[in-house]
Amino acid sequence: MMSSSGLHLKTYCMLLIMVVFAPLGNVLLGRGMKNVGSAVTWAPSRLPHIILLVFTSGYIWLGVASLLTFFVAYMLILSWADFSYVQPASSIALLVVALLGYFYLHERISPLHWVGIVVICLGVFVVGNTPPRTTEVR
Amino acid sequence: MREALLLFFVVVSGTGGEICVTRAMKRVGEVTDFRPLAVARVIFRAMKVPWMWIGVAMMALAFFSLLAVLSIENVSFVVPVTALNYAAGALGGKFFLGERVTRRRWAGVLIVCVGVTLVWLGKR
Repeated sequence: MMSSSGLHLKTYCMLLIMVVFAPLGNVLLGRGMKNVGSAVTWAPSRLPHIILLVFTSGYIWLGVASLLTFFVAYMLILSWADFSYVQPASSIALLVVALLGYFYLHERISPLHWVGIVVICLGVFVVGNTPPRTTEVR
Repeated sequence: MREALLLFFVVVSGTGGEICVTRAMKRVGEVTDFRPLAVARVIFRAMKVPWMWIGVAMMALAFFSLLAVLSIENVSFVVPVTALNYAAGALGGKFFLGERVTRRRWAGVLIVCVGVTLVWLGKR
């Protein structure tokens, strides 16, 4: 078994990969889906055409590749750290998503919306200072 | 209405899937070797655990719901709102995985929920 500092270093490296690739993946998916058209107007008869548009979009595939990178890091970290630690700690990615949405996709974000995101990050800070493992290793 | 239903699937199915994946990975054991071949072996071992497949199916449902809702709303709204799964995750971690969720973690989760509410209100 690893020492406590080694365990923390390993955990923080994986969290870094997660907070970079998860927001990037989501933003690329958002960019791709905006080209497909709003789901509010999706009629069942148009579904094959929509599926074709989704699976031939370069943005969607790049987004999927980013999310797969995130997922592998996520699987690895979950083998030693608690789920209820990893999930909130990785939510710093929400701030990265908002920044990418604002600067790259030019989305309009209200002041209250920004406050909400900052509050979420504050919650993440509180959760991030708890120990990464509380259960016994089997 | 359609977007609320899609967000519900993103949160509930996504969290359920992650809990199943966690259960599978805890069965596989702690990963200490990060060479590509060793990581591939871990993934292959994980694929033999039924919880992994249930988890992946639920996460796939959450993924396609996410795609649909991203076609309606901005990514800077959708992704923060999906942070609601932190509350569901803490509950799932405690009741399905036997993790000890400390008061400090609960406080953090509560603050996250307040933030999600503000994001929702800020959209109007």
